[in-house]
Amino acid sequence: MVAHVWFEQASPLAGAPGVAALEVDADSWSRVALDVAATAGRLVAFWAEARPAGGSWLRATYAAEPGVLVASLALPPGEREYHGLHEVFPAAARMQRAVADLSGPEARGGDRRGWLRHAAWPTGFLPLVDAGEPAPPAAAVTDNYPFVRVTGDGVHEIAVGPVHAGIIEPGHFRFSVVGEKVLRLEERLGYVHKGIERRLAGRLLGDGHRLAARVSGDSAVAFSWAYCQALEGIAGTALPPRAAWLRALALELERLANHLGDLGALGNDAGFAFGLAQFSRLKESLLRLTERVFTQRYLMDFVVPGGVAVDAAAGAEAAIDGFMATLAAEVMRLRQVYDEHAGLRDRFSGAGLVTPDLARRLGLTGLAGRASGQAFDLRIDLPCHPYDELRPVKAAASEGDVEARVAVRFDEVAESCRLVRDIIARLPEGPHRVEPACPPEGAMGIGLIEGWRGPVLVSLTAGPDGTVRRCHPHDPSWHNWPVLEHAVVDNIVPDFPLINKSFNLSYSGHDL
Amino acid sequence: MWKTLQQIAVTGIVTEPAPAADPGLKLRDALQERILGIMGRALCIRAVDAGSCNGCELEIHALNNPVYNLEGLGIRFVASPRHADLLLVTGPVARSMEAALLATWEATPEPRLVVAIGDCGCTGGVFGESYASCGRVSNVIPVDVAVPGCPPSPVRIMAGILAAITPGADARHGPTPSGLAERAP
Repeated sequence: MVAHVWFEQASPLAGAPGVAALEVDADSWSRVALDVAATAGRLVAFWAEARPAGGSWLRATYAAEPGVLVASLALPPGEREYHGLHEVFPAAARMQRAVADLSGPEARGGDRRGWLRHAAWPTGFLPLVDAGEPAPPAAAVTDNYPFVRVTGDGVHEIAVGPVHAGIIEPGHFRFSVVGEKVLRLEERLGYVHKGIERRLAGRLLGDGHRLAARVSGDSAVAFSWAYCQALEGIAGTALPPRAAWLRALALELERLANHLGDLGALGNDAGFAFGLAQFSRLKESLLRLTERVFTQRYLMDFVVPGGVAVDAAAGAEAAIDGFMATLAAEVMRLRQVYDEHAGLRDRFSGAGLVTPDLARRLGLTGLAGRASGQAFDLRIDLPCHPYDELRPVKAAASEGDVEARVAVRFDEVAESCRLVRDIIARLPEGPHRVEPACPPEGAMGIGLIEGWRGPVLVSLTAGPDGTVRRCHPHDPSWHNWPVLEHAVVDNIVPDFPLINKSFNLSYSGHDL
Repeated sequence: MWKTLQQIAVTGIVTEPAPAADPGLKLRDALQERILGIMGRALCIRAVDAGSCNGCELEIHALNNPVYNLEGLGIRFVASPRHADLLLVTGPVARSMEAALLATWEATPEPRLVVAIGDCGCTGGVFGESYASCGRVSNVIPVDVAVPGCPPSPVRIMAGILAAITPGADARHGPTPSGLAERAP
């Protein structure tokens, strides 16, 4: 059977276009996964929700022809185990461990080590199920995580983190090396778990976007838009056209800011400080433009339910248009400098290789996926308004090394400059915000937005009196962190910062 | 090489003047003026993300861009707390980062300064205190200067860092820690 047969049985879900929901039994649960994999589909997210009647819903979201499918399996009270998806989709392994830590259900045959729970709260306390707060530990505690040991002649370990030697988020990397060569990397994340999902539950629906925007600060627009898309979907609120276009403008500005920052940092990590100076100067100008137009350098509270918080400043169109023309020209000039720099080419080329075949099997997604032949971009493949009219051009490469991830960023910067100018030229008139309606209790919606790093998903279920019953924000970093472990094998340790930066994954967005 | 040199020449120097120290951000006076006079000329900072959303990190990164050019003031980021005079701490402190933050603080030689960055570092912000979050930085280590904002702009962060090391920037004129706590949502 192929995936579209399941889509035919599914019913449409509110929020992002092309999303359908299907309740399945234990047998179909595994068959859906196999069929999606057989039709070159991908796992988008996996999470659990407590059922009001007891037990849990397990929800697996897939992207496959012809859209996105949310398959839900009901787990009755008392039943703790289910058939894991990790054998079909390796990326599911860590999501399953997170579900076990936060909600209880455990995957049969899966890795039983804790993932997001370290030692900060007691075993047996399930943050997304149990009421009340456990007593905090008397003193700061750490646990003893059983890393996989590599043994043999000359093998030694390098332990890095959680506090890193730079301005970076915390996480732990355990390298097993021989001389300079990396034999194995094992990541340990979860250090910045700060209880976002539990804090979202019970919050007012009209306020949840503020927390969603702070799931990963570098993707604030993507997450707050995905949250609002889900909310507006279940509330039946029609977004004013101007608001949709302004959101797209903000999303492209966010993409540009992050790409410019990364292009500079990648030059710097390869010893080319000129790149950092130039690109961080351009990024600073872009942030100042963003502040002039929307009053904030980083648009943390810009996307709100029913529209956007502020309209573009008067006369902004001409300023944005002129800026984008200059930016595109400057970046093109710098791209030439990067391309012609022998030292950079030497460090970029072949480093951190992820072949298209490996990328497909492991489910590499987003920007990094597009550099390894996984040409998927929600803005093109499942466009929400106004991307259906904007018709962006997809960046694609198949070499899968640092150089390819740099090239995809350059291509996307050029395309985003073009999109921003296009948006400005076609910006519809009208209100930028409407009052959203209150959705019925139990209604569920999905938001899906292509952030700068990759597809961002927010699942939202309404509770009573305009509150959140359950909200699950999902960052593409969940899929790409495990692939980084593969990308670094056989590279030398000093290339790790460069390879890591070329993925630039979120810790906060993953740890929640 | 020619294009690189040309670009450098065309760009010129874009660095802007640094802001003045803002004593209003100061919570306490931990150091004598004599020591501040020495430290203020060459300060080493260790950045610690104790649980932030990474928004504050983006603005801390900006301190090193050519426009703010923090290093031009003799202030630089170092890779080890043992080399640092000041810890720049972001985030609500995630409970799983509490031990690491304490260890970093203990590894920093005295006299050490702590500047908490962002609404979350100042009050716990939108994340507050919970099973997974210890809330504001001062719940875990003593804080000298707190810079609110979500995220605070590079200029505000600089004004906070300078308040910590500028002799005569007196905390008595600034808000008390409880005054800041009232900002909590």
